[in-house]
Amino acid sequence: MNGSVQREQFTQLVMPHLDAAYNLARWLVRNPQDAEDLAQEAMLRAVRFFSGFRGGDPRSWLLTIVRHTCYSWLTRNRAAELAEAFDEEAHSATTSEASVNAAGSSQYYSSPEAQVIAQSEAGRLRRGLDSLPVVFREAVVLRELEGMSYKEIAEISGVSIGTVMSRIARGRERLREALGAPPPPLVVTEAPAKAAANKGPMP
Amino acid sequence: MTCEESRRFLTGYVDGELDLVHSLEIEDHLRGCAPCTDMVKRDRTLHSAMSLNNLKFAAPESLRRNVEAAVANAFPEEARSTKPTVMEFPRRERSWQWAFAAAAMFLFAVLAWKLVPQRQPVFDSASDEFVSNHIRSLLPGHLADVESTDQHTVKPWFNGKLDFSPPVQNFEAQGFPLIAGRLEYVDHKPAAALVYQRRKHYITEFVTNARGEKDAAETHSSQQGYNVIAWTRDSLHFWVVSDVNLTDLEDFAHLLRNEAPSQPSKQ
Repeated sequence: MNGSVQREQFTQLVMPHLDAAYNLARWLVRNPQDAEDLAQEAMLRAVRFFSGFRGGDPRSWLLTIVRHTCYSWLTRNRAAELAEAFDEEAHSATTSEASVNAAGSSQYYSSPEAQVIAQSEAGRLRRGLDSLPVVFREAVVLRELEGMSYKEIAEISGVSIGTVMSRIARGRERLREALGAPPPPLVVTEAPAKAAANKGPMP
Repeated sequence: MTCEESRRFLTGYVDGELDLVHSLEIEDHLRGCAPCTDMVKRDRTLHSAMSLNNLKFAAPESLRRNVEAAVANAFPEEARSTKPTVMEFPRRERSWQWAFAAAAMFLFAVLAWKLVPQRQPVFDSASDEFVSNHIRSLLPGHLADVESTDQHTVKPWFNGKLDFSPPVQNFEAQGFPLIAGRLEYVDHKPAAALVYQRRKHYITEFVTNARGEKDAAETHSSQQGYNVIAWTRDSLHFWVVSDVNLTDLEDFAHLLRNEAPSQPSKQ
């Protein structure tokens, strides 16, 4: 294989995503030194496997390698945290049931929490994001910071699109909680007349 | 749709990741539900807060240098041998030849088109294809667009996928609930396919671009037990295909055309 051609292709297709690779590693392992080591390890793997790259989106391809490298590291070094994250995901359905409140009170959704979040500084958002369980953090980072589609995220994370959607929803909710903004109540069936009238004839 | 159901999809709605039918259902629900509307706002607020504060970490210089060195090392200059396997672009002069050949063919096609006498009414030639397409869609797993969850949607869902905007309505109250939407390629054109249900039956409505063509009245045909009604209006061709009885299908066609049904149609 022609080395200079391959080098040029790698430089054009993969190198532009070095920042994305480091960013994902940095958010997954949450410390700069390990992130740099892991991003480097992932880039070396990408170099090694590059001849097997057959088109497609190079960023998704690279981030899949980065994620795999980071999760191997997490399994070795932070097994408890990883187990906890998956455990929490498995139970998140039950948790969200708990947030079903009696409806009607409008103080929540007219609250100025929108401004609270909008005025959040980068530092608070970072700390909030850092506090999420790793699977939710990963989904939110890929969506909000990398702007990836659910399908791309599903491919990188090796889960279904539905799982991606619930991870992002849960991640955003957790992030808002961390920023001090509770969710608005669900309207339940035995809602007061006002809410019922609003809902109209929908089932 | 209840709040709890809608909450499950709101995130996907905000991100423009829902398929057509779910998008419409969510919008329907949002019109009457302040808390869910508020959730949408909250997700959007969070999204803009995150994009305003750049939260991405840039790769450190040391990492960049190391990787660049590793790349240079892994792909040495001197190793010249076999052909590259990864994506080769056609060479310039070749592409000029191709462009010329394509232009010649295009010219020929245009001339041939002009010389052909008045085109056959599009309906007869195409309805066979629409019936086949409708039947194919009834095979398991084909009713909705297989890729629908992947579409970057928001209503109007077909935006950016077609060069026209098909009218989309849900006639649930009239007994024809909209259940799916997908993209098709029929009659040599991209088409919007909307699937409605009538009791246990399915109706597929196809819409294609009819730019520059005059409105045409309904024509009926029947093939392999399927009824087809076709018409042209506002520069769009419409075909509805189904195995429901002709009266029901006519009622449905009238609904689409915003006309009164031939008889009161209630389930």
